[in-house]
Amino acid sequence: MKALLLRDLRLAVRAGGGFGLSLVFFLILCTLVPFGVGAEGGQLSRIAPGILWVGALLACLLSLDRIFALDHEDGSLDLLATAPLPLEGAVAIKALAHWLTTGLPLVVFAPLLGVLLHLPTAAYPLLVLSLALGTPALSMLGAFGAAITVGLRRGGLLLSLLVLPLYVPTLIFGAEVVRRGAVGADPTTPLVFLAGITLATLALVPFAAAAALRVNLR
Amino acid sequence: MSIWEYANPVKFLRASGVVLPWIVAGAAICTVGGLVWGFLTPEDYRQGSTVKIVFLHVPAALMAINAWLMMLVASLIWLIRRHHVSALAAKAAAPVGAVMTLIALITGAIWGQPMWGTWWEWDPRLTSFLVLFLFYLGYMALWEAIEDPDSAADLTGLLCLVGSVFALLSRYAVNFWNQGLHQGASLSVAPGERMSAVYRYPLYVSMLGFFLLFLALVLIRTRTEIRRRRLAALLARENRA
Repeated sequence: MKALLLRDLRLAVRAGGGFGLSLVFFLILCTLVPFGVGAEGGQLSRIAPGILWVGALLACLLSLDRIFALDHEDGSLDLLATAPLPLEGAVAIKALAHWLTTGLPLVVFAPLLGVLLHLPTAAYPLLVLSLALGTPALSMLGAFGAAITVGLRRGGLLLSLLVLPLYVPTLIFGAEVVRRGAVGADPTTPLVFLAGITLATLALVPFAAAAALRVNLR
Repeated sequence: MSIWEYANPVKFLRASGVVLPWIVAGAAICTVGGLVWGFLTPEDYRQGSTVKIVFLHVPAALMAINAWLMMLVASLIWLIRRHHVSALAAKAAAPVGAVMTLIALITGAIWGQPMWGTWWEWDPRLTSFLVLFLFYLGYMALWEAIEDPDSAADLTGLLCLVGSVFALLSRYAVNFWNQGLHQGASLSVAPGERMSAVYRYPLYVSMLGFFLLFLALVLIRTRTEIRRRRLAALLARENRA
């Protein structure tokens, strides 16, 4: 498992393309929004929680098809499926690698972009916390979508069509946490819901994703 | 004699061919009857004539949700017992359910414009219906995208299972997210909250009509899918020979 994780991380970092691109995308998105809605500070700080969450979600989406597609092309996915490691475990590790290369950088850099969008000071810890709690669910659900579309030639667009509706609950609670933090309300309830969704996703979705992979490798 | 006998396509085709004319006739009578009866009801003292859209809106919304439930059950039967008719029935139900969702959304917007003063409001019920519509679109797109019919049935079945959980989750998450404008349940057993019998009985007839309509459409589409599958098998055999 550790070997697989290290291999995926190395591939992501050294092969170029994937790693860092989603961060740049996140940055560009947060730069474009003020052009669209105007640079007035009060308005920006009001919509900042939503923009940051939607941006993180879209940035996460960008690199999803790479979770399984490359391994499917060169055949290493078949080797993984026949390895002693259960496929569910392999899926979870690959989702973890995706999170470490995409989700975690987003969590770390989100406060910087919060400055760009005039996010109220009180919301920064909650922004980091909610993203740290929510993005693992995004990676895991994305792995499920990637597992379903891995055999398709033009799976990229379909992948986003399948995965985005699944992101709705996570987005609602994640953005709600930050919004409550921004206006000084108690964020405990949405925070607990967010953590609950992530934990349930991490526990159950690997089975669905592994089942989808088995169908595609048949 | 068990219900699983109808998992045999030949038996299914024969049995559904017998009941289909009756269901179509029932659907036609109940839908037309319910809608015409509903149209002839007196105007509501507050809503005026717009109240009549309820005879289209509520049955469509009801079937939109039940169609997804039926797809969930059919997908489970396919994943567990591998009956092809079941997978094809799930495939057949998806476009019908999507259209029902669309009817509910559009009639709701037409009703909401004069009543709430807005075509669209980010109300929990409206939002969750929109999310349900997105799930239908994704499900149908996945069926279209995969060539191998068995893999397609497997993968869409999985998507339906996971999607059901998240559709339900979204339904309650949006409750939390925004307070609603939509009224509560149209048909409630609590006295005092009930709509008047003048409106209730045509609504029941219309709901029965939409249910039969859904059943008829799904049966027709399933029969078509079975025949299409047969045709593909015959052509494949011919090419091999």
